[in-house]
Amino acid sequence: MEKWRATTNLRRSLKSILNRQLSSVSEFRYLNEKRSCQSSFNLIRDCKSLGQVNAIQHRCFSSASTLVQRNPSFSTLNSDDISYFKGLLGEKSVIQDEDRLETVNTDWMHKYKGSSKLLLLPRSTEEVAQILRYCNSRCLAVVPQGGNTGLVGGSVPVFDEVIVNVSSMNNIISFDKVSGILVCEAGCILENLISFLDNQGFIMPLDLGAKGSCQIGGNVSTNAGGLRLVRYGSLHGNVLGLEAVLANGDVLDMLGTLRKDNTGYDLKHLFIGSEGSLGIVTKVSILTPPKLSSVNIAFLACNDYSSCQKLLMEAKRKLGEILSAFEFLDTEAMNLVLHQLDGVRNPLPASMHNFYILIETTGSDESYNREKLEAFLLSSMEGGLISDGVLAQDINQASSFWRIREGVPEALMKAGAVYKYDLSLPVEKMYDLVDDMRIRLGDLATVVGYGHLGDGNLHLNVSAPEYDDKILEQIEPYVYEWTSKHRGSISAEHGLGLMKANKIYYSKSTETVQTMASIKKLLDPNGILNPYKVLPHSLNS
Amino acid sequence: MKIMVAVKRVVDYAVKIRIKPDKSGVETQNVKMSMNPFCEIALEEALKIKESGLAKEVIAVTMGPSNCVDTLRTGLAMGADRGIHVEAARDLVPLSVAKVLKKLVEVENPGLLILGKQAIDDDCNQTGQMIAALLGWPQGTFASKVVLDKEKQVATVDREVDGGLETLCLDLPAVITTDLRLNQPRYATLPNIMKAKSKPIKKYTLEELNVKIKSDLEVVQVTEPPKRKAGVILSSVDELIDKLKNEAHVI
Repeated sequence: MEKWRATTNLRRSLKSILNRQLSSVSEFRYLNEKRSCQSSFNLIRDCKSLGQVNAIQHRCFSSASTLVQRNPSFSTLNSDDISYFKGLLGEKSVIQDEDRLETVNTDWMHKYKGSSKLLLLPRSTEEVAQILRYCNSRCLAVVPQGGNTGLVGGSVPVFDEVIVNVSSMNNIISFDKVSGILVCEAGCILENLISFLDNQGFIMPLDLGAKGSCQIGGNVSTNAGGLRLVRYGSLHGNVLGLEAVLANGDVLDMLGTLRKDNTGYDLKHLFIGSEGSLGIVTKVSILTPPKLSSVNIAFLACNDYSSCQKLLMEAKRKLGEILSAFEFLDTEAMNLVLHQLDGVRNPLPASMHNFYILIETTGSDESYNREKLEAFLLSSMEGGLISDGVLAQDINQASSFWRIREGVPEALMKAGAVYKYDLSLPVEKMYDLVDDMRIRLGDLATVVGYGHLGDGNLHLNVSAPEYDDKILEQIEPYVYEWTSKHRGSISAEHGLGLMKANKIYYSKSTETVQTMASIKKLLDPNGILNPYKVLPHSLNS
Repeated sequence: MKIMVAVKRVVDYAVKIRIKPDKSGVETQNVKMSMNPFCEIALEEALKIKESGLAKEVIAVTMGPSNCVDTLRTGLAMGADRGIHVEAARDLVPLSVAKVLKKLVEVENPGLLILGKQAIDDDCNQTGQMIAALLGWPQGTFASKVVLDKEKQVATVDREVDGGLETLCLDLPAVITTDLRLNQPRYATLPNIMKAKSKPIKKYTLEELNVKIKSDLEVVQVTEPPKRKAGVILSSVDELIDKLKNEAHVI
């Protein structure tokens, strides 16, 4: 399927964003704490865009980051450090060139921008270990970076941290055709792994819109979810082993390829999802499912949210083991995609519906699976759950349905400013939040809801022509409080990064967070790995 | 007026194809099959003509083993009124297809026969032309626009040719083969899929139609094109001239 189109378009939209003038700047106040903000974090940056001479002001806003002070215990880079790195890695892997630093200092959404002066490109685990050993001894802060596609500012420096980018470590080490176990380095781009596996008759257990740029090390470090989680489960289940380098340069070789290994504490789970704050993942061993030949996809319309829920229940029951994706978008999301993206066709042009559902099934027997899906769809239609729908007849049509769902983030970026929230909520309550937000925001902004309904994951996005504090005030902390009240997660799959570092208490208890802080202190006593992120700043002593 | 549309079941256009190890052909086991994209366009055009009131029935026709009926079902789900399946062994060459179509045309008497310009598995681009010759009907191939005039019983067809666009006026009955830019095929909606279940599919055998299939062609070998060799970075113009002369033999 050609989901790659979504990622090349993401890259194209980056260029169009750089060309757009965004005006005002603001400092966000963390509403619960009434401190005056003294920020040494740069908010405005003049930057060149792709060869154009005009300086463009980027609108950068960040949540509590503006309250962050640079930790004075971190050293500053000096020329001895540079010489050491050059000696260790060679001239080519030590980058101080401003243009290249510009890119790696900025996140995909252009919301966060650091001021790192040094980018390192190690090519082996040993080099990563030596870099970290040195940085630990010098107390130099480090940001591990892969594809830099994260959405919470976790992959870029906050101040002048050294960026350790593993993109050069992109070898596939081994693949076992019988068991489907793939061992590769952390810098392998997800799409490349998918193509490689395709030739072998296997697929990656995760798939996301950013696959053209994101790397497996980053996926594992952030416990990326994606479109197939409902079928293949999370990375915690699919990653069989990994190799990680700790802050002091010690290499933890946990690169097992065994399905079952109950010997001791399973430490790899600490690194999966810790967003680079406990160690840098350098190699991954992952279980890949076989590629099944029969993929069918339907694009459906529902009148109200309760039909969507009932449809989900029915799908899980009637489609059972062949269900591989269950996504939803509301009518605002659909409108946005149709208006902002080229080459996108509305599969149900007869009228605009309130909700659209995308169901994908993957199985081994084409005619059996197709009949099963058709029977399910027809009975749902007769039962009044679906008001209309289409079934893709070939791969091209299937790709066009995915283009719509995967194109929503891109369309939101093109539409102007976007406030992005990624929440896990009980399925019955999920859309109530969207309705609530619409009432709260009124005419100020457009509220768009879409996401992985099959996993109970809502991507709540608020779209406005420009960033505006009035809008932000209406959203935060209301969204977090709402989520917390329903025992949901304030970050279902995007992670905490910088954006939600101080918000963890909405979803985790004080004792739990304290234990996390102890583990962090144990594995990274100087706190050099990805500082200011993931855990609340108040915990850093 | 009836419109007959011939559709073919082929390997889905987006699949990465592989050659069978014995080099006898392309691997089709466990590979996604769909309606030939040009046939979809042909069917879409027929449906558009019917919806504009100029035709009363669209018949979808396919030839091959029993799994070809899947393609007919897609056609019925798109909106064709009935289907005809002619049972035959796989890999009918265009001339055989044309002969079978001739018999079917004699039975059904359509006013228009629409086909895709070529199938994406054999890329022959022959069936439309051959059936037109066998029937003695005019043909408008590579159609990018079709306009019917019921009164005068003519079809005006814009053809995409190498030099640009050529417009022909054909007396009906006629054969039209469709090109990519003619239209965008519709999706199969659920209500239509439901209706399709009750639409009739008539089965014929080659004996019933009195057609003798004889294959004059034998596929000897199917191989992949040679893999692209990596480029070489040269260090001087002299080296370039030397390579062009002695390796590539172009100067």
